[in-house]
Amino acid sequence: MIFISEEKKLRADGRAYNELRPIKIEAGVLERADGSAYVEVGGNKILASVYGPKESYLRRFLRPDTGVIKVRYNMAPFSVDSRKRPGPDRRSNEISKITTDALLPALMLEGYPRSLIDISIEVIAAEGGTRCAGVTAAAVALADAGIPMRDIPVGCAAGKMDGDIVLDLSEVEDKTGQADVPVVILPRTGEITLLQTDGNLTDEEFEEAINLAIEGCMEVSKVQKEALKDRYLRTTEVPEEEE
Amino acid sequence: MIYVENKDLVIPGDVLADEDFYSGRGTFKENGQICSSLMGLVSLRNKKISVIPLKSKYVPKKGDVVIGKIEDVRFSMWDVDINSPYSGIIPSSEVFGRDKKSLSKVFDVGDVLFLRVVDVDEVKKVKLGLKGRGMGKFKGGIIVDIAPTKVPRLIGKKGSMINMIKDKTGCKIVVGQNGLVWVRGEPKMEQITRDIIHIIEEQAHTSGLTNRIRDKLCLEIDGEIPDDLDEDFPEESRTSDFNSHSNRKHNKGFHKRLNKKDNSASKYELEKPKLENFKEELKEEIEAKKQAETKRNNDFISNLENIEKEKKSHKSHFEIGRKKSGFSILRDDE
Repeated sequence: MIFISEEKKLRADGRAYNELRPIKIEAGVLERADGSAYVEVGGNKILASVYGPKESYLRRFLRPDTGVIKVRYNMAPFSVDSRKRPGPDRRSNEISKITTDALLPALMLEGYPRSLIDISIEVIAAEGGTRCAGVTAAAVALADAGIPMRDIPVGCAAGKMDGDIVLDLSEVEDKTGQADVPVVILPRTGEITLLQTDGNLTDEEFEEAINLAIEGCMEVSKVQKEALKDRYLRTTEVPEEEE
Repeated sequence: MIYVENKDLVIPGDVLADEDFYSGRGTFKENGQICSSLMGLVSLRNKKISVIPLKSKYVPKKGDVVIGKIEDVRFSMWDVDINSPYSGIIPSSEVFGRDKKSLSKVFDVGDVLFLRVVDVDEVKKVKLGLKGRGMGKFKGGIIVDIAPTKVPRLIGKKGSMINMIKDKTGCKIVVGQNGLVWVRGEPKMEQITRDIIHIIEEQAHTSGLTNRIRDKLCLEIDGEIPDDLDEDFPEESRTSDFNSHSNRKHNKGFHKRLNKKDNSASKYELEKPKLENFKEELKEEIEAKKQAETKRNNDFISNLENIEKEKKSHKSHFEIGRKKSGFSILRDDE
């Protein structure tokens, strides 16, 4: 049976144009790190960890009036179809930098002068949209670590596939589509802290993509908040009476 | 207009109240609203809203008492690790007067000390000091690491929790506000204390914790107690009850600890030699050395005197071959 919706048809994996892939977020998964998070978006599996605030071991990063962050985005060699050579490459450096820019406006680090926060985003399995999922994971890890934040940044990507603007591109759609627009926002105020475009879009299409992505972000934000609250509830399991 | 209640769980970015409230720790004001900046529990007092974080690093402030470990010995100061993003220093003026002796003889790398935060400047450089009750070096014992935010729960109201643990296990316990706890006692008791402290850390936000810990202590140390205390035991401590309890159980050697009714004063109890004691020890050493020396001198002198006397009495014998050294008298070959 072929089902054709009124305006847009279903995508290859059966999703509607504005449907997200299944998401799972868990906070506080690494015992040794100050803060950590594990995110699964579709086939993506991403682990984020936060160490800090701690004494800055790099003098060039040291600032006397505020703390600083250092983000490292890395894809494990086994995370992609064809083995990725280990170590930072241009794409990883780019993503590390834009992630820093995406997270910084949300953080309030004036209370920790001369300190450094190490954020590590490790992609264990990649399936399109890792940079957004990475920022989402890092934000949860930062909240888990007790770093003061204005808001929790959340990311989602929209794009153009077969002429239609769709939300949350999968690997296939990313590779064969016409455009990719990753967006990171601060959900409370709607401020955009990351916006990139890859491909060809008209003005209207671009606007449509951003709006769609922001909608997707708000959905993901709910999952983030659930994950953080669940983290607390996990630690309150008392062996005896509740009271 | 307030949107949350006391003890609600909030996460960063949650709106707590409108502008007519005061923003306390863990909150910030934006667009006429007070929002939370941390993941934690709301603490509402009159018109002041703060958020107590679930997790946070220890940030030193003036007046705190902390446990620190010497990391480095420099020319005129010690570098100290106080379990914080900021490390502290002890200037040598805290220990010596004018003459700076070798610093590592007093405190060396690896020593664990109980210190007071004397000053913290704007860029969070921390100055530590040793003046005060109980400050100084720890000997032996173990260090337990907990989150700094759980320290008040570990101590309990007026020291109820910590004194209960001290009484039951017979260990010496000192709690630093930076989350480090020093425990010393019998090895088995030290392990029990460490486990208890970790349990308190995990369940700090739950109620009825004091009772549960009391039961667990009794279970670990001397079998389950008979239920002869009331079910709803108040959170405030009745240390006298614990005292009578332990008395009944005849724990050897623990009786000594039971006479402490003054909980608040014995909060940071430390039997270790304070720095004054150390100075006294040094003085005693020097004295002893001096005495030994004078004794040697006196012996030598009295020896010489004896020789002089003998020489006078045996003057005729010693006409020949008399040397300056007193040892010539040993050659009694006349």
